[in-house]
Amino acid sequence: MSLIPLYVVGAYLFLLLILGVICSRFFRGTSSDYFVASRSIGPFVLLMSVFGTTMTAFALVGSTGKAYADGIGTYGLMASWSGLIHSAVFFLVGIKLWAVGKRYGYVTQCQYFRARFESSKLGYLLFPILVGLVVPYLLIGVLGAGAVVSGVTRGMFPDTFENGAVPAWLTGAAVCAVVLLYVFLSGVRGAAWANTFQTLVFMTTGIIAFVLVARALGGLAAASEAVAANDPNKLARQHEIGKIQFFTYCFIPLSVGMFPHLFQNWLTARSAKAFRLTVIAHPVFIMVVWVPCILIGIWAAGMPLGVPEERQNTVLGAMVGRLLQDPWLMGLLTAGILAAIMSSLDSQFMCVGTMFTNDIVVHAVGEDRFSDKQKLWIGRGFVIGVVAVTYVISLFAAGRAIFPLAVWCFSGFGALFPVVFAAVYWRRATKAGIYAAVIVTAVVWFVLFRMSGYGGEMLLFTEWLSTDDQHDGLMPVAVMFTACLAILVLVSLATSPPSAATIQRFFPKALKGMPT
Amino acid sequence: MRTVVWLLVALLFVLHQDFWYWDDRTLLFGFLPIGLAYHIGFSIAAAGVWALAVKFAWPDTVEAWAEQEGDADGPEAAGGAGERAG
Repeated sequence: MSLIPLYVVGAYLFLLLILGVICSRFFRGTSSDYFVASRSIGPFVLLMSVFGTTMTAFALVGSTGKAYADGIGTYGLMASWSGLIHSAVFFLVGIKLWAVGKRYGYVTQCQYFRARFESSKLGYLLFPILVGLVVPYLLIGVLGAGAVVSGVTRGMFPDTFENGAVPAWLTGAAVCAVVLLYVFLSGVRGAAWANTFQTLVFMTTGIIAFVLVARALGGLAAASEAVAANDPNKLARQHEIGKIQFFTYCFIPLSVGMFPHLFQNWLTARSAKAFRLTVIAHPVFIMVVWVPCILIGIWAAGMPLGVPEERQNTVLGAMVGRLLQDPWLMGLLTAGILAAIMSSLDSQFMCVGTMFTNDIVVHAVGEDRFSDKQKLWIGRGFVIGVVAVTYVISLFAAGRAIFPLAVWCFSGFGALFPVVFAAVYWRRATKAGIYAAVIVTAVVWFVLFRMSGYGGEMLLFTEWLSTDDQHDGLMPVAVMFTACLAILVLVSLATSPPSAATIQRFFPKALKGMPT
Repeated sequence: MRTVVWLLVALLFVLHQDFWYWDDRTLLFGFLPIGLAYHIGFSIAAAGVWALAVKFAWPDTVEAWAEQEGDADGPEAAGGAGERAG
């Protein structure tokens, strides 16, 4: 078996490092430039970096695998909901946070929430919860990269590795090392540029993969007719996805309002106008990436591919590996999938380091205790620690389905959405209300996550909501979100409102033009 | 017009629940399941509605306000630092 695919992937990783070196020449050497690119990012790079950050292994590997298992409804569960709700959050929350961040110099969510809710200690509560929720997100990327490369290289090294495939631990280590290197070289600017490049790569290669897979299956019509003949349920939602489950997925895309890495991405924008392109183009970009993956997933079911549903992560790699015989193309497409994964990892690495430096270290010891250079290294050290922990977890979580794990991660962030929405729009939200809401949400999330077997698929109240021919129920995020909202409102109304100075600071007349 | 834009967003929220295609396995153009085609249309419609929002509901005052000098000493100002000092 040819080693060319691996050489292509290696060349792509090397290219990213070169990009990191080039970006480092624009690095101004300050922590502001490292953390928010001196707030200089324009509309196109903002669109690409925000989109590249939100599309991860979940969007390619996870969606293909989920469509293989549950059919076309996968698109409605996540992609079309996200097209509506992500842009709504960018418009209603992102722009306002950008404005407040720019005016008062915030770099992280914790800085904003501390000031908005008049509480220094709030940051110490939020920090571990946000980082704790980012870890499964990182894990999705590491697992996805391992699954894809393992699927593509199967039989390549029969004398060296099990099944002759590059093992997931090796791919995970290589991907983490490359992303760490280019992020360390040039900070968030490098991550934004790399995201732009990688987003273009994975969108282009995704379309190429789709066309080639369709051709290998005898054309679009032949591929879909095979599904109609062999596994027709995959062409609709009946018997695959319940109506209540389908609706309650709407809470999950709200997660973008609380993603710490997106908060940081928003703050890099040069102006509020830079958001316009992102708000409009995001739903279409999601469509361009997800539709080919969903079709490849159901076509795999129609072949049939023969991969058990519990190994759904390997479906995309297996389809590319089996159907495309050209090793150059195979390498290019694998690089494209890795591009989608790495374009999320870089922003997440950046934000974790930024938060630790600013929210814990600088906040505890003061702004002037460390030089800018020392602050950068403190952030980098923490990132290496978090990546090491994630990597070790990935060794034990190999083979775990990406889609449900991602849904749990997004559910945690989505459930906390009332916190950011109240911060931006509700003057009466109080410190006590926020503390109570965050703690209750974290506890409910952990209890349900544990009940699911630490990241398995889960629906609630199925005994009441299922019908004779359809297993149905509430997504856990609906319960978490409701708990967060209810506690936030009740406790806020029962406690003293924020000071007039804080209200004046965060609800000036100039922002009244914002949609409410 | 701003109200119309937000009504359209609300309408899209409702239209996402396309019960009418739930069990329809029709292949449009011979290859595209109709339930998937509907949601592709939904994504395009969402982009269109957000284009209207940008045109008719854009918060023009935000930019100028954000560009002004902050009235406190950096991100540690206001409640956070105050509580620590206390």
